[in-house]
Formats: sequence, structure tokens, C-alpha cells
Amino acid sequence: MDLFEYQARDLFAAHGVPVLDGRVATTSEEARAAAEAMGGGTVVVKAQVKVGGRGKAGGVKLAHSPEEAAEKAGEILGMDIKGHTVHQVMIAEGAKIAEEFYFSVLLDRSNRTYLAMASVEGGMEIEQLAVERPEALARVAVDALTGIDAAKAAEIVETAGFAPELREQVADAIQKLWTVFVAEDATLVEVNPLVRTEDGSIVALDGKVTLDENADFRHPAHLELVDAAAADPLEAKAKEMGLNYVKLDGEVGIIGNGAGLVMSTLDVVAYAGEAHGGVKPANFLDIGGGASAQVMANGLDVILNDAQVKSVFVNVFGGITACDEVAKGIVSALGILGDEATKPLVVRLDGNNVEEGRRILAEAAHPLVTVVDTMDGAADKAAELAATGKA
Amino acid sequence: MAIFLTSDSKVLVQGMTGSEGRKHTQRMLTSGTKIVGGVTPGKGGQSVDFTGADGSPVAVPVFGSVGEAREATGADVTVIFVPAKFTKGAVMEAIDADTPLVVVITEGVPVHDSAEFYAHAAAKGTSRLIGPNCPGLISPGKSNAGIIPADITPPGRIGLVSKSGTLTYQMMYELADIGFSSAVGIGGDPVIGTTHIDALQAFQDDPETDVIVMIGEIGGDAEERAAKYIEEHITKPVVGYVAGFTAPEGKTMGHAGAIVSGSAGTAQAKKDALEAAGVKVGKTPSETARLARELVQSL
Repeated sequence: MDLFEYQARDLFAAHGVPVLDGRVATTSEEARAAAEAMGGGTVVVKAQVKVGGRGKAGGVKLAHSPEEAAEKAGEILGMDIKGHTVHQVMIAEGAKIAEEFYFSVLLDRSNRTYLAMASVEGGMEIEQLAVERPEALARVAVDALTGIDAAKAAEIVETAGFAPELREQVADAIQKLWTVFVAEDATLVEVNPLVRTEDGSIVALDGKVTLDENADFRHPAHLELVDAAAADPLEAKAKEMGLNYVKLDGEVGIIGNGAGLVMSTLDVVAYAGEAHGGVKPANFLDIGGGASAQVMANGLDVILNDAQVKSVFVNVFGGITACDEVAKGIVSALGILGDEATKPLVVRLDGNNVEEGRRILAEAAHPLVTVVDTMDGAADKAAELAATGKA
Repeated sequence: MAIFLTSDSKVLVQGMTGSEGRKHTQRMLTSGTKIVGGVTPGKGGQSVDFTGADGSPVAVPVFGSVGEAREATGADVTVIFVPAKFTKGAVMEAIDADTPLVVVITEGVPVHDSAEFYAHAAAKGTSRLIGPNCPGLISPGKSNAGIIPADITPPGRIGLVSKSGTLTYQMMYELADIGFSSAVGIGGDPVIGTTHIDALQAFQDDPETDVIVMIGEIGGDAEERAAKYIEEHITKPVVGYVAGFTAPEGKTMGHAGAIVSGSAGTAQAKKDALEAAGVKVGKTPSETARLARELVQSL
């Protein structure tokens, strides 16, 4: 889960990383009040969106009074930045910047460890710096068992070429950022820019944090960081039911078991759709190994509530669960849904006890259900039905 | 021969007394696996009743630690079914006991925990990790360590390595007429123990494997690295499949590691890399199976 800047700022502050005062506001009035509470001086009004390039898009503005803060907040709130609508701004204390640096620590999948990156040339897009001047970006591997201790922090600041008189201060900030990374189970902690102010302080002026949702069980407070407003309503509903669902922009609803098989099903439907007016998969939905009747009914319920869906492809491989159980699940799910099931279903079953599974579906002879023996054939049928439904 | 797991493998189950552990221990026993013990802290000295492959009753002893279990039984494999919040402890214990093969089935393990136990295993150098978030591995007709259904395919000459469980089953099913030497589910998490490359090399060295099928999916660069490795080190024919061409950027598709970040980790890039290394890549699982069958028949 990616955090907003103000959420990252709060986490930084909680772990002793030097940050400036910053408060979140959702209206002009709140922005004015925040600026007043911060002393009424110069503040920066910053759009809170989980996408880069907001400065260039006009999402960051300076305000010299609470009135101006309210006015700028009014301009920024509701803006569209690269497809993200601004619902919140952060009113941040102004800083007199002497120098800008860069620091991040992240999960390095390729090497199955962590990687710290630092540069004395901060402020610009780091991807751009990495391409144009790779020598200016220090990359230091971090061992998962020892982490960033004092020696590792010293190595990072030295490799990055920080001025000797700054090293101790920057190393201290880096160790505190490492604490954020570990204590909060983050996969990314990035500060761009990390600045030296004119009065000589080192301050994290912006923050980007990604948290590992698998670790939520040890961070109950992380649940409050979820941006409920941004979630697609169908995704939210599926999540409540404990289903692994991602909404896509297509017409063929997909249900399957196992992440890999479902991803593969989306691809096969997209290929098949090329011959049927370009229909595409409408979603990713993995109902897991069990595939009980209730889980199947919940899955169908979510998918049939997607107005874009014209047909549904149920693609199950009976591995641990036998196909007869899956077939019974589909029949009872249709029973549970009753009249709410209105769109054609193409079912492909393979694996353990497949004959019995197909026999159960044939015997039930539900008018909406077509059974096709192969995955490619079923994908083609589902795409054809979606194209017909769309026309 | 097969890889990593043979008919001589003696298997422990950590978390055998839980419901998942119990269910799959029975399945592993039924398929002929030598299950020599379970490990549950605080329950040492008990035993759990199962039915053996021949239908006779079997009482599997429970030990309080992996160390005790290894000493008492000579086990060289452990399969871990404990809940995510206890997985790091269980894996660390198995590594500390120098267990040669540690198979982590558990899904939802925090990646910091995986990074830590992977680093510990790498530093110690005495354990091979498979997973986490994987279905385990099977050498059909010999042994089964994990949750892969044993009745899909008989033994044969194809080796399979896959990030995905159900695609493993699908591929085994489509090629059941040829059969498999071993099938290894390495898992779809961002940090895993055994990689495609490790399995490719093991299949290359396995005299019972003629053709290798490799299944990948979006996220990370493991497939690209495997492609490079194949070009340099693998002489046996390899057929590939990659899932997730239609996955949108920035969305996790089921597996924690299955995510396209910016332009990195796309299925197209992986397919291109594999094809550049001379690997035939199927467009669908069925086409992949057909390519593998053709290669086996041409030998």
C-alpha cells in the first residue's frame, strides 16, 4: 500500500526523522485554519496524490498568509493530476533550502535483500538521475540481518559523497529512516528531497512510503491509512467478502482458482476477444483452492454487479478440490443467486474427478450455463457471448 | 533421480497438528511420501493417527522442535504449514537445525520476514529453501512435499518449475501422458528461496529429465535472469510460459510478487527475453503443453 505524503510525514515524525510541521486539509477553510495554527506565516500548499510530478502540474503552491493558503488550497483541491483527483492538501511549514539531496531504502527483489540509494543531487526525478548520471547515485546493498547500523549509514553517506561536515547529521537521519522501514514493515521509504536548510538542519521535506500488507497483522494502525475513498466500489465489496478481486475495463467476467491460472485466463480471454470485436476481461478474481458454493456465490455476486460484464467465464482446475465439488458449488451458487444471475456463464472444469463434475453440470442443465471442455475453447465461447451481449 | 526430492527423502511436517497440516500430511502419506514426524512446539511426545499408502493405520510422532525431530528420525526435508505470523520462527528453526530442504507453503508471509530467513539460510549455507507461498514440490511416484495433487500425473521425463500452483497442476494435467521427473512450485512472492535458475540447473544435471518447462508471471526480473542463464548454461530444451499480459500497471494480481511497477516486470519483457535465449514460449497453457510434447517426441 502506497501512503500519501502527509501519512509518510507522520510516520517519519513518530520515528524521530526530522520533518517540518505539516497538516492535512480537505477544504479551503481547513487550510486557512491550519495555516493560522502554524503561526500565520509562509506555508506551502501541497496536493496529496499518490503520483509523481505534482509540482509541474501546479499541485504545489506557496502562500504567504492564511487567506492565501485558503485560496491556493481552493485552486488545488479537485484538480486532476495524471488521472488522480486531489481530495486533500498538506499545509506544510516553509523551509529555506540551501541544498537538496536524495535518499531511499527499498526491497531489492533481484538480490533478495535491501538496497539503499543516496545522492547529493536531490530534487530531480530519481529515475532520470539514474539514467543520465548513474555515477551521482550511490547504491549500497543492505543485509537483511544487520540492516543500516552506524557503520552502514557512514558507508552510505561516504559513497554518496556528502560533505564531511554533513555526514554525521545525514547518517543519523538515514538510520532513523531505516527504523521507519523496519518498524513499519515498509518495502520503500524514499525522501526526495532530503534538504539542508539555511540554518544547517537536515530535514525530510517530502516522503514516499510503501507498506507491506502481508504484515498488517502486526500493525493494526496501518488499517487507518487505507484510502477508502479511492477504492473501486466493487473492489471494496470483494475485499469485505475476503475475495481477491481486481476490477479491469472489459466485458468478460472471470472467476478462477489460483493467481497464476486466473492471470492466464485473462490473457487467453483477451486473445480470444480479438476475434470477437475486441472484448476484454472485466476483472481478476481468484477464489482460491477451496471453491465452496458460498465462495463461488460471493464471487458471482461481485461480478454480476459489474454493469460492464456481458458474460462470465468460470475457469477451475480441480486440484485439491475435486471437480464434482466445484460443479456442486456452481449449481448451488446459481441457486443462492436465483433471479439475480442474469448473464451467460461459460464453465470449464479440468482435473480431479472432471467427468463427474461435468455430469453434475449437465444434469442441472441451468439455462445460463454452457460447459466447454478446454480453456481455449471456453475463452472463445465466453468472448463470443460477451460480444453478442454488447451488440 | 528427480530433483531435490527422492523416494529416500524423509519428511517432517511443521504444523502437522493444525487442520491444513493434518489434511496435507494425509495426502502426502497416501501418495507414498515417507513422513517421519511432525513438529509442534509444546506438543512433543504426542502422535497423530493417519492412514498409510497401503491403507494400514500409521501413528506419526510429534516432536517439540525440528532439532529433536531430525535427531530422532534422520529427516532431511521439512514442509511448513504454520500460520504467517509464526512462519519466520518455524523457518529459522529449520535452518538452525541444518535441515537440507525447507519447503514453506504458507501464504501471506511479510516480506521482511522472508528477506530475513533467506539471508539466514544463505549465510549458513546448509538449507535449500523453497517458497514461501508455494505449493511445494513433487517427484511423481517417489515423494511429495507440499500440496501438489499426486494423482495428476505419473513419473516421466519432463521437469517443471513454476511460480504458480494451479498453472503447475494445469501443465501436469495436459502432459500427464508423458509424465514428470519433478515439478517444483517456487512461489509468487517477491522474495523466495529456490529460483527458476536453481531448478533449471538441477534439471540440467538430472539424467531423468529430458525437457524442461518453465512457468513465469509478471513482477520482478526472475524470468529475464533465467533467460540469460538458459542461454549460458542449459543445453536441454526449455519451453516457457508467462502469465499476466493483460495485468494493469500497479495492481497486485493475487500473488504478492505479481505486480507490474512502471515499465518493469511486464509479461512481454519476460517473453521477449526467453525467446531471445532460444526458449519456445507458448501463448496459452495448452499451446505450451503442445510445444513441450513436440520436443519430447522429437528426441
